[in-house]
Amino acid sequence: MKIEKAIKEKSMILQKEMLAKQFKELSLARESGKKVVYTFVPGNLTELILSFDMLPVYPEINALQSGMRKKSAAYIKDAEKIGHSEDVCTYVKCDIGMMLNGNIGPTGEKLPAPDLLLLSYTGCFTFLKWFENLERLYPGVEVAMLHTPYQEDGKITADQIDYMVKQLREEVIPKMEKVSGKKFDYSRLSQMMINSEKSEDLLVKILESAKHKPSPIDAYFAGVYYIGPMFTAFRGTEEAVNYYNELYLEIQERIKLGLGPVTPEGEIKEEKFRLVVEGPPNWTNFREFWKIFYDAGAVIVASSYTKVGGVFDLGFRHNFREPLESLAKYCMGCYTNMNLPQRVDLLSKYVKEYQADGFLINSIKSCNSFSAGQLLIMREIEQKCGVPVGFIESDLVDPRYFSYANIKNRLESYFQMLEQRKIILGQETEA
Amino acid sequence: MNKYYLGVDLGSTTSKAVIINEKDEIIGRGITNTRANYSVAADIARDEAIYNARFSVLKKKLGPELALKPEYRKYIADLESVFQYEQFKIRLDKLGEELVKTCKVFFKEEEKQEKILGHLRAIRKAFKPQIKKDYLFNNLGSKNQFFRDIVSEKYNEEVNKLGTDLFEPLMIVWDKSISPAENQMISFNFKELVHKAMDELKNKYINPDEYFSDESSVNFDAEINLLKGKFDHVSDSLRNHIDEIAGLDFNISNMTGTGYGRALLPFPQECIRSEILCHAFGAHAIFPETRTVLDIGGQDTKAIQVDKHGLVTSFQMNDRCAAGCGRYLGYIADEMSISLNELGPMAMEAKKEVNICSTCTVLAGAELRELTNLGEKREDILGGLHKAIIMRAMSLIARSGGVFNEFTFTGGVARNPAVIKYLGQLVKENYGNEIKINIHTDSIFMGALGGAMFARRNIGAELPNLKKEKTLTH
Repeated sequence: MKIEKAIKEKSMILQKEMLAKQFKELSLARESGKKVVYTFVPGNLTELILSFDMLPVYPEINALQSGMRKKSAAYIKDAEKIGHSEDVCTYVKCDIGMMLNGNIGPTGEKLPAPDLLLLSYTGCFTFLKWFENLERLYPGVEVAMLHTPYQEDGKITADQIDYMVKQLREEVIPKMEKVSGKKFDYSRLSQMMINSEKSEDLLVKILESAKHKPSPIDAYFAGVYYIGPMFTAFRGTEEAVNYYNELYLEIQERIKLGLGPVTPEGEIKEEKFRLVVEGPPNWTNFREFWKIFYDAGAVIVASSYTKVGGVFDLGFRHNFREPLESLAKYCMGCYTNMNLPQRVDLLSKYVKEYQADGFLINSIKSCNSFSAGQLLIMREIEQKCGVPVGFIESDLVDPRYFSYANIKNRLESYFQMLEQRKIILGQETEA
Repeated sequence: MNKYYLGVDLGSTTSKAVIINEKDEIIGRGITNTRANYSVAADIARDEAIYNARFSVLKKKLGPELALKPEYRKYIADLESVFQYEQFKIRLDKLGEELVKTCKVFFKEEEKQEKILGHLRAIRKAFKPQIKKDYLFNNLGSKNQFFRDIVSEKYNEEVNKLGTDLFEPLMIVWDKSISPAENQMISFNFKELVHKAMDELKNKYINPDEYFSDESSVNFDAEINLLKGKFDHVSDSLRNHIDEIAGLDFNISNMTGTGYGRALLPFPQECIRSEILCHAFGAHAIFPETRTVLDIGGQDTKAIQVDKHGLVTSFQMNDRCAAGCGRYLGYIADEMSISLNELGPMAMEAKKEVNICSTCTVLAGAELRELTNLGEKREDILGGLHKAIIMRAMSLIARSGGVFNEFTFTGGVARNPAVIKYLGQLVKENYGNEIKINIHTDSIFMGALGGAMFARRNIGAELPNLKKEKTLTH
């Protein structure tokens, strides 16, 4: 398939500049003496890392970037050569393969080795194993682990918050002090939370703009492509607030002009279907995957994957009055840390509030943690919301598991199901 | 003028076409093997459906008379079969030309060329009468066997009788010739062909004893004797009716393409529909209480949930692997050197089901050999294989939400009695004895039927109850 050059919005260019600067800084970390923390997106402690003037690196994001840049196949192959099984999470194998190949990041610059491996989210057990591997590959690296209790009972209790704050005080912060050589600055962290809150307010407004008809954004493809990523690495900074302000203005303008979501080939001219999507996208064929949707006029109005880094539309905000408690609540409130009934409730709420026509799952072949319970979620939503549900399978960054013809066939069938249903429902109302 | 609607289902293994009338009644069916040239496959299936429709119209026209006169029924059934033989003969001639052409290209040396050509002629001479007999006396035409399968079976038989040194050259010539012969679109003249068929039929009945030198193998049943004495009378009385349907202008008002190859069909975009919707729509039209549909085709298994309107609410399909589908059975049949049609009946003889893994077709083949070595009976192994297919389908059904209300089984695999047996067992075991299981004789045509029904509704779906009212007011 011939891919044309993508059409870009101002915010996308701004994002590119910010990321370029970030990776430049990382490549110069050794010279500048800045310490580097490898950590994960769910339950990330970005504000805390930045408050120590350390630089965060997100291996998942590097892996997905490698997937988009068509480098993951070779990386995965190299990880398999050293013994990682076919069934291991492909983010892990891609990351390890990248490391084995000189740790060249998405911008072509070398990424520095970690000074600290910060495991701040434990809901995905693969994360534990991932860092155990990295610990072996970087002998002597400091490791800090923050155990995040799963919301088994569907709520966050005071005890759980105390438990996490205690770990932050006794385990994570001392490790960070040791690695960075700086004292923990409580008021600096607290100040950053003010910016976090501002960014979070803006992000929620941006995501909720999809309630408009037509939606000015695609809350899945664009959500992971230029709406969400800035959030993880820059939350708590002025730059993030500026970025989200810019994006918010851009989106308001789109609403005013009645424009649909921007895609690599321009606006979606007609919004035919509004969907809620669960599960990560496929990264190796991101654009072809997205194209199947926008060619059919299918817009994703809400998604769960954009909530893996935090569910803010349910009201949670980082709070400068209680920064450590906020971090604890934030980690426990991430989408992947919610129990299944909570996820069903959240997704049903999306289907209703965003007036979606259907609910679709992209299940990931190599992800046990995220894929567990998806069929149950699907069935519950079908029953609760009465919308047609769809199920497709692909993988994160292993191109061997993206079958274009099969996915297209299933999605086309699904879109036709939705279309037929619209006609029937229209006739029922008429009758 | 009557309006007709066409649905074409271009599957991975077979291409099906169905023609319906304005009352959604099936009046024509056509089926052929899918080949590299999709559009030829679709055209052949369509033409066959139109010929079949002409015969349906004839039977409809004769209506009550047909019910009273078994000799008319016999004549028409025979005529349809001989009509198919006439088509077969023309394609066989094309194949003959291709064989000669290939032989000349491959074997330049005159002596060798002559030798191979001689064998080709002898082979053809040997199998042609056998096939003719199968069409005329053993009802081959109604067995849905395809040109390629019929000819290759006979060709192989003849080649195997010859010396091993001839095997390779004859198979090379065959491999290079069958596809071009099969991919030629031949326009048959219905009227001409049906008249030829009538003449042929006359020979069969007027002089049956001399029809074949090997008369002992011709099986005369009561029905043949029924027609024998009155042949001329029956033939004369029906001639005008036959001419009339031969001259009928078959106006296809709209059509829908579906199936794997649908994107390659020369149909406008709005006439293309997903096979998931078509199978569900077709199955629901025939069994309106259906809420769960299982379709096992050549390369995929689909578990589909439908609502009261026949609309799909969710579906699950096999991903990444097609073990447990029609092709799986095809592979097993090849491994066992038996024909696909024999698999099911043989599995029905099983005294027990040997446990077989169904995750991979190729590995199941290896398992089969190993089990045979261990002394397991073929029937029991096949029983296990058929059960394994259904076990896999059951998992897909569970994923799609289970079985509700009536359960309809569609697709080519629904013709296999052993598959039906184990499906019945397992559905009842898992979802209760009260579940009604529907399997229609037209199960393989469900997708094409659904397509034709969409075509009749001008693609846009209409409520079944509204549809009826609208038809009445026309």
